[in-house]
Amino acid sequence: MELIKLILRNTGRHRLRTVLTILGMAVAILAFCLLRTVVDAWYAGVAGASPNRLVTRNAVSLVFTLPISYKQKILQVPGVNKVSYANWFAGIYVDEKQFFPRIAVGAENFFDLFPEFIIDPDQLRTFKGQRNACIAGRKLIEKYGWKLGDTIPLTGNIYPGEWRFVLRGVYRGAAKTTDETQFFFRWDYLDESLRKTSPFRSGQAGWYVVQIENPMESQTISQTIDALFKNSSAETLTETEKAFQLGFVAMTDAIVIAIRVVSVVVIGVILMVLANTMAMSARDRMSEYAVLKTLGFGNTFLFVIIAGESVTIALCGGVLGMLLAFPTASVFSRELGTLLPIFHISGTTLFLGSAVTVGIGLLSALFPAWRATRVRIAEALRHIG
Amino acid sequence: MSEVPSQQPVVVVDRVSKSYRRGAQLIHVLKEINLTIEEGSFVALMGPSGSGKSTLLNLIAGIDRPDAGSLVVAGTDITQLDESELAAWRTRHVGFIFQFYNLLPVLTGLENVELPLLLSGLSRRQRREHAMVALELVGLSHRIHHYPRELSGGEQQRVAIARAIVTDPTLLVADEPTGDLDKASATEVLGLMDQLNRDFGKTIIMVTHDPHAAAKAGVTRHLDKGVLNNSSD
Ligand SMILES: Nc1ncnc2c1ncn2[C@@H]1O[C@H](COP(=O)(O)OP(=O)(O)OP(=O)(O)O)[C@@H](O)[C@H]1O
Ligand SMILES: [Mg+2]
Repeated sequence: MELIKLILRNTGRHRLRTVLTILGMAVAILAFCLLRTVVDAWYAGVAGASPNRLVTRNAVSLVFTLPISYKQKILQVPGVNKVSYANWFAGIYVDEKQFFPRIAVGAENFFDLFPEFIIDPDQLRTFKGQRNACIAGRKLIEKYGWKLGDTIPLTGNIYPGEWRFVLRGVYRGAAKTTDETQFFFRWDYLDESLRKTSPFRSGQAGWYVVQIENPMESQTISQTIDALFKNSSAETLTETEKAFQLGFVAMTDAIVIAIRVVSVVVIGVILMVLANTMAMSARDRMSEYAVLKTLGFGNTFLFVIIAGESVTIALCGGVLGMLLAFPTASVFSRELGTLLPIFHISGTTLFLGSAVTVGIGLLSALFPAWRATRVRIAEALRHIG
Repeated sequence: MSEVPSQQPVVVVDRVSKSYRRGAQLIHVLKEINLTIEEGSFVALMGPSGSGKSTLLNLIAGIDRPDAGSLVVAGTDITQLDESELAAWRTRHVGFIFQFYNLLPVLTGLENVELPLLLSGLSRRQRREHAMVALELVGLSHRIHHYPRELSGGEQQRVAIARAIVTDPTLLVADEPTGDLDKASATEVLGLMDQLNRDFGKTIIMVTHDPHAAAKAGVTRHLDKGVLNNSSD
């Protein structure tokens, strides 16, 4: 009790210094949490990947497509349950800043393979029955204020032309990590018009999604599928969905690394700030430490009061920063919307934030505590007055 | 050598030397000092500035170590103790009174007096009771919740005296306890120390420049150039 009182009163001694340090700490932990959340958001697609889904794509590059006839052949492979397919459409909605994934999918069973997209059965039936229908994620619809029955125009770039889709369904995610900003329409609608405008591009799937019975067999099944198309004009590369999405993310690894470096730097800076605050306080109080030692208090006691003070300051700032992270994240989430669709602060981030906070508190105490324990009583007392 | 032969010596300083290094130069502050202090005596230590009074007091009180010689204080040769043993020994046997009071500014008078009792294993209530008794004795029971900055110098020194006696130590050491006080406060503080010596039999060693202060003490010793001269002027 007395100890806590002493620590708290020492903390409140240099108000301005303490308050400024707490604010600095809060900003640093806020930044740390947000940066981590950005990285999380980046990898969120991967986190949502299902272990029993494989993706088969053109071995050369994602840019190249595969014949639609592969579907039946893949389906023959033992252990394969279902096969669907999709094409990356890209295109522009209103202007180029409006980013969300737009994908042409095999209407007949694509959503069967993605149970994490929850759709009203009636809406799905309508989607399957109307060639120019589309389904969009909940967040997307909220962002643009779309309603069922609305016509959504896209300007094609990979597939040129003016495209119009009728919104027939909304999906929501089964988990918090499910991306709710995607836009799906029917592959056969795309293919139909390609047959008219550029026939050589028709009958092609961008990639196949392969549902397998047993995730343990993903390795062998992948090899079997790829062996099927060996030495054909379009060889395949099959991998787990997770590996596939990591491939996407890997393109931006440099950015992720940069963000991680920044968050470490932020922590390093605030560590120096707090360590400096603590060093200044300890220097002011050397004679008090000498008095405490004279009375018989040991090094442990000195360490506890110094570390107690720095951990208190760190915790005030850290908790404040983490509390601020929530409203800030929701603003981010609203503004970034579809760019980083899954933007929420994870438990891991909060845990790491707390650990970093306490760690900074303890580390900052080391140097002043070391000095305090080394102070020679007689000498320190000579400097008084 | 002993002034009151019937009494036990509490302090036996035997050929103690202490020197400090200043740059390349070695300053011999204390040269083979011998000193015996009987239990219950009130000793004033005088001498010119820089003569080594504080150094000697610190050695006796176990907050500094000699280069040579032995120091038997309260029955223990404290030169043989390691740091933590010495700290525990100080808690038990020595009460300190400093020139500049050295109270912790974040603690009230009462809390400052309670502070050394944190090391005693007493309960919270017992600590409070002991501290109250000590504060009463120095005549400050009405200002116990004031912080040091809210007290006059004399009052602060009385709180410091309460802190020094609250553990009932064998020995009280005071380094110029009136050095920073006006005349009235100094007289008060000296009266208090005299009372502690006479009524409670406390052994007191006091460093002072002030002949009035020294007059309160039964014994006066003079230090000059590192050598202790036998008694009075
Ligand atoms: N830690 C130290 N390092 C170097 N020199 C020291 C140290 N402590 C004391 N001295 C020197 O030892 C000598 C005696 O110091 P001390 O403080 O014991 O004197 P004093 O008699 O108490 O003087 P004053 O009356 O001014 O308090 C002085 O010359 C002082 O400068
Ligand atoms: Mg002195």
